[in-house]
Amino acid sequence: MEYQSTSTLLSWMVFTPLLGAVAILLAMAFRGTLRLEGKWMDDFARVVGVASMTAVVLMGIALYLGFDGKSTAVQFIHHFVWIREYNIEYFLGVDGVSITMVLLTAAVGFVGMLASVPWWGKLDDHHHPHFSKRRVPGYMVLFLLLQTGIMGTFCALDFFMFYMFWELMLLPMYFLIGIWGAPTRTEADGRVRGGPYAAIKFFLYTLAGSVLMLLAMIALYYTSGPATLVDGTPTQHTFNLLYLARMGQQGLFAGAAPILGMAFSKVVFVGLFIAFSIKVPMFPFHTWLPDAHVDAPTPISVILAGILLKTGAYGILRFNFSILPEAANWAAYGIAVFGAINIVYAAFVCMAQKDLKKLIAYSSVSHMGFCLLGFAAMTPQAMSGAVFVMVAHGIISPMLFLIAGVVYDRAHTRDINGFGGLASKLPEYAGITGLAFMASLGLPGLAGFVGEVLVFLGAFGSAIAGFKVLVMVSVVAVIITAAYYLWTIHRMFLGPLNEKWAGLWDMNWRERFTLYPLAVLTVLFGFYPMPLFDLMNPTLGWLVETVSRVGNIL
Amino acid sequence: MELHPFPYLFLIPLFPLLGAVVNGLFGARLQRRMGKNAVHALAIAMPWASFAVAATAFATLAGLSGESAVHQSLWPWFSIGQFNADMAFSMDRLSGVMTLIVTFVGSLIHVYSTGYMHDEQSYWRFFAYLNLFMFAMLVLVLGDSFLTMFVGWEGVGLCSYLLISFWYKDSKNAAAGMKAFVVNRVGDAGFLIGLALLIWALFPENLTGLSFREVQEVVTNPAVRDRLLSSEVFGVGLVSLICVLFFVGATGKSAQIPLYVWLPDAMAGPTPVSALIHAATMVTAGVYMVARLNFLFALSPAAMTVVATVGALTAIFAATIGLFQYDIKKVLAYSTVSQLGFMFMAVGVGAYWVGIFHLMTHAFFKACLFLGAGSVIMGCHHEQDMRHMGGLSKLMPVTAITYLLACFAIAGFPFFSGFFSKDEILWKVFDTGNLLLPGGGKLLWLLGALAAVCTSFYMFRSYYLTFSGAYRGHGYPHESPRSVTFVLSILGILSVVGGYVGLPILWGLPNWFEHWLEPVFEPSAPFILSAGGTHATEWTLMLASVGIALAGFLAARWLYKGAANPVPARLLSSPNPALRFVHRLVFNKYYVDEAYQAAFVRKSLDLSRVLYRFDQGVIDFIVNACGTVSRFFSAIQGWIDYRLVDGMVNGVATLMVTGGRVLKVTQTGRIQSYVYGIMGGAIALVVAAWWLY
Amino acid sequence: MTVGLVHYLVVAAALFSLGLFTVLTRRNAVAILMGVELILNAANVNFAAFSRFTAQNVGGQVMALFGIVLAAAEACVALAIVLAVFRTFRSVDVNDTDKLRG
Repeated sequence: MEYQSTSTLLSWMVFTPLLGAVAILLAMAFRGTLRLEGKWMDDFARVVGVASMTAVVLMGIALYLGFDGKSTAVQFIHHFVWIREYNIEYFLGVDGVSITMVLLTAAVGFVGMLASVPWWGKLDDHHHPHFSKRRVPGYMVLFLLLQTGIMGTFCALDFFMFYMFWELMLLPMYFLIGIWGAPTRTEADGRVRGGPYAAIKFFLYTLAGSVLMLLAMIALYYTSGPATLVDGTPTQHTFNLLYLARMGQQGLFAGAAPILGMAFSKVVFVGLFIAFSIKVPMFPFHTWLPDAHVDAPTPISVILAGILLKTGAYGILRFNFSILPEAANWAAYGIAVFGAINIVYAAFVCMAQKDLKKLIAYSSVSHMGFCLLGFAAMTPQAMSGAVFVMVAHGIISPMLFLIAGVVYDRAHTRDINGFGGLASKLPEYAGITGLAFMASLGLPGLAGFVGEVLVFLGAFGSAIAGFKVLVMVSVVAVIITAAYYLWTIHRMFLGPLNEKWAGLWDMNWRERFTLYPLAVLTVLFGFYPMPLFDLMNPTLGWLVETVSRVGNIL
Repeated sequence: MELHPFPYLFLIPLFPLLGAVVNGLFGARLQRRMGKNAVHALAIAMPWASFAVAATAFATLAGLSGESAVHQSLWPWFSIGQFNADMAFSMDRLSGVMTLIVTFVGSLIHVYSTGYMHDEQSYWRFFAYLNLFMFAMLVLVLGDSFLTMFVGWEGVGLCSYLLISFWYKDSKNAAAGMKAFVVNRVGDAGFLIGLALLIWALFPENLTGLSFREVQEVVTNPAVRDRLLSSEVFGVGLVSLICVLFFVGATGKSAQIPLYVWLPDAMAGPTPVSALIHAATMVTAGVYMVARLNFLFALSPAAMTVVATVGALTAIFAATIGLFQYDIKKVLAYSTVSQLGFMFMAVGVGAYWVGIFHLMTHAFFKACLFLGAGSVIMGCHHEQDMRHMGGLSKLMPVTAITYLLACFAIAGFPFFSGFFSKDEILWKVFDTGNLLLPGGGKLLWLLGALAAVCTSFYMFRSYYLTFSGAYRGHGYPHESPRSVTFVLSILGILSVVGGYVGLPILWGLPNWFEHWLEPVFEPSAPFILSAGGTHATEWTLMLASVGIALAGFLAARWLYKGAANPVPARLLSSPNPALRFVHRLVFNKYYVDEAYQAAFVRKSLDLSRVLYRFDQGVIDFIVNACGTVSRFFSAIQGWIDYRLVDGMVNGVATLMVTGGRVLKVTQTGRIQSYVYGIMGGAIALVVAAWWLY
Repeated sequence: MTVGLVHYLVVAAALFSLGLFTVLTRRNAVAILMGVELILNAANVNFAAFSRFTAQNVGGQVMALFGIVLAAAEACVALAIVLAVFRTFRSVDVNDTDKLRG
């Protein structure tokens, strides 16, 4: 009975979207009786969606206010025994790292929901109605389900629950990309692309990783030592992540019997790491991301880049580093190498892009490389920087995708080279795009810089000498990133106006509602990131110290 | 070092930020409703307000002891373990001088801009950017830590980008802005690595934060210093590497070889911007940084040699390019690069105060020159080619006089401001004992002297081409409005008298400037060595300086006065291939831009394309191939399942159906045939019974 | 000459053969029924004969009585069926009622 249930707030945060989804489904079932037909049903679904996400945001504020940042303990615990036969518990809680992700999920989910509400009528493509007007109730149900999945992933402290929520994210995402994404098309080189393709690719890729996670979960479960359930029942094995972490840090998994002649913790580490690195995504497992982004509707890209990718990075911290510290030390340099490749490689690939969304997608790959580099360095600065990159990228990349959505809704193309001189027609849009690009390229005073500089400076001090070289290589990305963003601005906004787009119009209030809050957060965290550091520093400092103390004993 | 709290310090950067935010967000509406006056009233008031606060702070500072600084910490910015940086400003004697220069010259140029940008549609945008620049520059100067300074450092880069591509509808301007930003980023990458090296060298020495003060305290501890000096990284002395990396940052911002290429292109921006950002303030940030880190640079003779050598090479290199340019702004741009080289020579040999002194005088006379050029450009209806000017001294008298005064100053004529600073630089370079070059600084002195001749020559060349002889352009040039001439006059006067705060000690006069900055550079003072030059040498060199200035002046006067001398034209059309080659080489800026374009830009683009093709063709191909292979195998399995496994199930059913179809023939429906059957059966049974038993 | 079991059996066999022949050859359903009656009666003759000559009881004769009753009942039912068939097919020709053909 070590951990006390203290609050049901997290359960409400996780399941409020699900309740909303159920409400919409019920309304659909009884729409004849309730006289909710056609447009009314759509509006009902939208209202329920926005209301659910608003409630989650409000609860997020309550969570932030109630969280004790000085403690490294898990807080806001809500737990009970769920499936006694297999020692599976319902166990939610947040520590300094996951609370940042929970807050981010609430905020980005809310913005994504706003972006799913159509504002006025000029959105439709020639042949294809705007995604926000097609099958609205279904969209909202899946969107809310997705939110539950993501939120649950960040809050779950039981491996089985985590796995369940992890899989729960996939299903709605599959349909959201497949149905509301771009229709299937054949590209110039004969490849068939489009929403359905991207959705299948995303689903299968992640699922392939999940299989490894499942195996790792089972292996960890049967290797884990005795523990107690939350009601005090003693058990032989446990799924409880807090117990697993403690056992791992005490060396239980380092000394476990080898699998197929290889050290137990190395095998499990690699299995888990591949599962998570697909989601991050890490080179060479990243190619699902550009396809998924390009063909997903705007709010889904927002969710995908803003929070879904973070589940991978979060998993690496929560599982690989916390439970298998010795293997983390063993793999650190390899992870960092892949991180550096991510950063530089994706930055170069960005420069070759002609599709705005694809460029942003690859820039996400580049920026998530900072997380890997920062984690692997295992200095307090780099670790905090990496988690900060997760938050900063979670704010900036939604902006970027919303920006891509704004221009796509008007021009029905994302071909960067096809624009030109838009700044004179859409000054406000050009301004906010400039801000977002600057934030993404790490201009000091904006959120992107804080994380990046901490990762660079922090990783330089890693105990492993090779990190210095990696940092120097990665710093090249600072130049390349600036080059491709400025070049994009140049091609889209500057130069003489392309007369084809003389009829475009500047931003509307729906777009302002989604973009300005994120812009404000970007500037705020750029100049005043301490609230976030206050949340995560104790936990991360403790983690770094614990992992370093274990050392590479394999 | 003492910190003296000064609660209004934050106002210095805040005022311009407010101006930028208000004009940036509401400027368009403001301009539409209330006219341009409303826009520029705000935009001008803000830097002047900053200047007022800065002057107050400066006065406070003057009343304190030498090592003190006025300081204000706003909020903690970073705090992770030893990695502490507050959002804090502090003004010591060095940043005090810089702040005054920036706010004063900046404010003047704001005033000037009201005249220069008068016909601009997006007037508000210009002033918003200009105010934003002031904010960033002041953060750079007042920033208390490496990271706070870096905010300003990149912030000025951003504003420079925005202002260079201010007239973005012309692709060329936009490209120039992009170039400036990206090249600066190369320097910033060096800066970041240098900072990383520095902090991880000092964390074990109990560094508690990233502010300059804390770093300086740790580094100046003799035990720490010895440990630092004896440690190596990548086979190079640690301190040298740190300094060189910081200097890479400085070469980006201050347009030194090899990263100077952006500055001449930056002339695409409006002329007040060239004056403010690309002459007087931003580009001197690198010099400021090296001076600020004097306690570090002075420890490494190797780094000092690099700094001084790069400075000298840049000075002569840019000066030669300046000789043949026809665009008046390009001449000034290369002259700026060259003068920045002089400043780096100074800080490279440890004469930090001289570098800052030259920075200040340069801010006055170069701003004056640029603004004069702007006035000329305005007067000549946006003509920048000096071949289409001439004879403007009668039409634009104020501009001509101030331009001439500034020319005298930059050429280093005695009793003009530039003389004191440039002469001091050349002397310090000649006399240095810190460089690792053969002959100490003599070689660099020679380069500097040559650059000075060129400077004097091309400046007067530009003066005579522009102002003497007869007007060769179109339309009727006119003198600029009073807002312009007013600012020109002030800067013209300062070009003359601005140097009197740092009179040579050699003349037995008080050098207030050196005295004022002495405490700031105290930590480095013990490491700065003299080669032991005597007063006699100094006098000789001073005379040589005068001779240099005169030589350039006379040559330019002989060749270009009144456009009467046919020699330049004859030289240019000379059939001698060697002459032509040299001219073409220098005129085309040694083809550095083309080389960079081929070596870096093209290669990066090629690499990016190759990598993208790799991404799609190999990695994504493998992913898709996994899918295709899976589908192939599942097709085989599907065939097996469908044909064999399910085939057996269906086979049983098929057998039944076929059997039924065969047997149903017997079902005729006729009773009698059945009866026949029964009878036959009975007979068969009887026969069988017979047979069997 | 005494009339023995064999004689009875021969008569019964002749009767059966005539009945079978009728059933096989006639197309009229009523005629076929008459053939069936002959067959039944051949069986009854056999019952009575075996009862008299071989068995020590009257079970066979009782069975013959049952057979007569059965024949009467059968005739009733079968004639009703024939009537129904006639109503449906407008014919009592068994060749016309081959709806059950497979």
